[in-house]
Amino acid sequence: MLHIVACIKQVPDTKVAKINPKTNTIDRASAPAILNPYDAHAVEEAVRLKKRYGGVVSVLTMGPPPAVKAIRKCIELGADEGYMISDRAFAGADTLATSYALAKALEQIAKQRPIDLIICGKMTIDGDTGQVGPGIARRLDIPPLTGVNKVVEINKEKGYAIVHRKLEDGYEVVKSTLPCLFTVEKEINDISFAPLPNMIKAARYYPTIWTANDLENVDRKQLGLKGSPTIVSKIWTPPKPKGGEMLEGTTEEKVEQLLSIVLEKKELFQS
Amino acid sequence: MARKVLTLAEVRDGSLRNVSFEAIAAAKTIAEGGEVVAALVGDQVQAHANELIFRGADRVVVVEHPNLKFYTSDGYSQALKAVIDKEQPEAIVFGHTALGKDLSPKLAVKLDAGLVSDVVAVEEVGGNIVFTRPIYSGKAFEKKIVTDGIMFVTVRPNNIASLERDESRSGSVESLAVEIKDLRAIVKEVVRKTAEGVDLTEAKVIVAGGRGVKSAEGFKPLQELAEVLGGAVGASRGACDAGYCDYSLQIGQTGKVVTPDLYIACGISGAIQHLAGMSNSKVIVAINKDPEANIFKVADYGIVGDLFEVVPLLTEEFKKLKVHS
Ligand SMILES: Cc1cc2nc3c(=O)[nH]c(=O)nc-3n(C[C@H](O)[C@H](O)[C@H](O)COP(=O)(O)OP(=O)(O)OC[C@H]3O[C@@H](n4cnc5c(N)ncnc54)[C@H](O)[C@@H]3O)c2cc1C
Ligand SMILES: Cc1cc2nc3c(=O)[nH]c(=O)nc-3n(C[C@H](O)[C@H](O)[C@H](O)COP(=O)(O)OP(=O)(O)OC[C@H]3O[C@@H](n4cnc5c(N)ncnc54)[C@H](O)[C@@H]3O)c2cc1C
Repeated sequence: MLHIVACIKQVPDTKVAKINPKTNTIDRASAPAILNPYDAHAVEEAVRLKKRYGGVVSVLTMGPPPAVKAIRKCIELGADEGYMISDRAFAGADTLATSYALAKALEQIAKQRPIDLIICGKMTIDGDTGQVGPGIARRLDIPPLTGVNKVVEINKEKGYAIVHRKLEDGYEVVKSTLPCLFTVEKEINDISFAPLPNMIKAARYYPTIWTANDLENVDRKQLGLKGSPTIVSKIWTPPKPKGGEMLEGTTEEKVEQLLSIVLEKKELFQS
Repeated sequence: MARKVLTLAEVRDGSLRNVSFEAIAAAKTIAEGGEVVAALVGDQVQAHANELIFRGADRVVVVEHPNLKFYTSDGYSQALKAVIDKEQPEAIVFGHTALGKDLSPKLAVKLDAGLVSDVVAVEEVGGNIVFTRPIYSGKAFEKKIVTDGIMFVTVRPNNIASLERDESRSGSVESLAVEIKDLRAIVKEVVRKTAEGVDLTEAKVIVAGGRGVKSAEGFKPLQELAEVLGGAVGASRGACDAGYCDYSLQIGQTGKVVTPDLYIACGISGAIQHLAGMSNSKVIVAINKDPEANIFKVADYGIVGDLFEVVPLLTEEFKKLKVHS
């Protein structure tokens, strides 16, 4: 019986989000809150591994109360249990503080049911950092395997996992001890349609919710804004593309013009 | 405030990666006159040490071990941690590569340090080092500062100019013996998909094809153009989905983010998800049959035409130039 925990985050849908021109932050009214797309693949993979080897899939999120919706989405995808940590003390957390809080919550979950595998998304579509997964692994002192795009085998008895890790130009086959942590690429799987019973279960589902006080041995200095050594000083949007010059004439003439343009800028790329 | 800054140099397939030189340049800015030390980690990599000095490092610390032949989190953490313990740097700069993305957050957490990743610019403003990085899938940028502790930074390839190569520079090269052991994850095999050619994220020139290329065969003219320009071939997801090329070539929101000096888009309509991966290229050229194609909105130069006519002609012209120069 494997116990797999997927870490998931609710994010504004940046595909449709508008940027507020005054504050330069996402105008949350313009963007529905969704389950981070990469995390949907994390949950999907956990559920597939459960089907293959037997076990339990839990999901964990840190976020404000409406993030319960993201947990319900995971129940639809086939997760069994949901945990959420939510507290003003977590607010303003950067990746260091986030990984601290999540690691504390994972320790708490592990006390109820030991964890064999943690799966995170590659990154979130709003923060874009991809730092939280490896950060959690380090705090729990388990090996992180980033960029996983295929799980070859999980062997709980012998205590190992074999996966493919994506490289810039291919992949590598890695064997790791268990427990360990994966961050997964989108191509690892296609999201399955949620079966009706899951949807019904999800609609009524309430996760276990913990505040900072519910977590054991928490150093409050490491939470939220206080525990965050990086701060944002400014956010802005790049100027709107204006569109460039259209080259005119016959094909030969256009090619000739392009050629001289490229030659003019040659010093750019011939170093 | 002068700082001591460490950078990790990456060797791949027997040569140093360009992004390692860019990391040195970023480190110089962060150092504000302090020392830049390059860590060179791997198996039999010593030969590259001098090049790092020519590229601006003041000193190089080499850690060699047979267990460092392939990158593993445990192995490289042990090696770099040893260098950090010895050097006590105030900042550490990595390339934002598969390796840098894996290793930096792990070490940052170990050292309780702040990490600013995927940085596209570094500047000094009123005594603070300010990092610029894209957020919201490239829709906006943020400036970040690290308020406390060691600064961990990863720099996006092709964004920060490397320093002029200078062979007259000299600096010390030291070896550090580190025991690399108890690897919990080991690499059994490495499978390369694009055996030849230039790494997309570091390519200075990219010739990219979309669904307009129409077949795997249709990528041939693009490959030829890329070859004369010393660049790499990329693709839209449309082309990947249609099976014309491998997904490792995909550029965009769910593919690679590239910032070459010259991006030539052939038969690509310019969907927002594609633009997310290439719109920060320095010069964008678009070739498309449809004058209304969205790609023309971001292109610096547009050619309305058939890519199968335009691309081979371009290749011919560049070939002629090569012969003459
Ligand atoms: C009250 C409150 C308010 C918050 N407000 C904001 C806000 O305004 N803006 C903002 O960006 N963030 C907010 N957060 C969330 C938190 O700050 C971010 O999750 C954190 O900075 C992660 O960085 P990232 O998004 O770059 O994650 P990445 O490192 O890119 O994420 C990688 C993976 O880590 C896991 N992961 C990341 N974050 C979480 C999480 N929170 N819970 C579970 N798994 C996670 C996922 O598997 C994800 O795919 C808030 C949190 C709380 C409690
Ligand atoms: C969540 C999500 C993520 C995505 N991520 C990505 C991503 O990372 N990268 C990406 O690229 N896409 C991505 N997409 C897909 C994206 O929306 C587009 O579908 C895709 O980019 C279209 O590819 P295309 O431009 O090659 O094809 P098309 O849109 O079909 O365009 C083909 C173009 O070729 C032109 N053409 C045809 N024949 C010729 C000829 N002989 N000569 C010149 N021009 C010709 C046509 O005029 C047309 O403009 C994503 C979509 C979603 C929903």
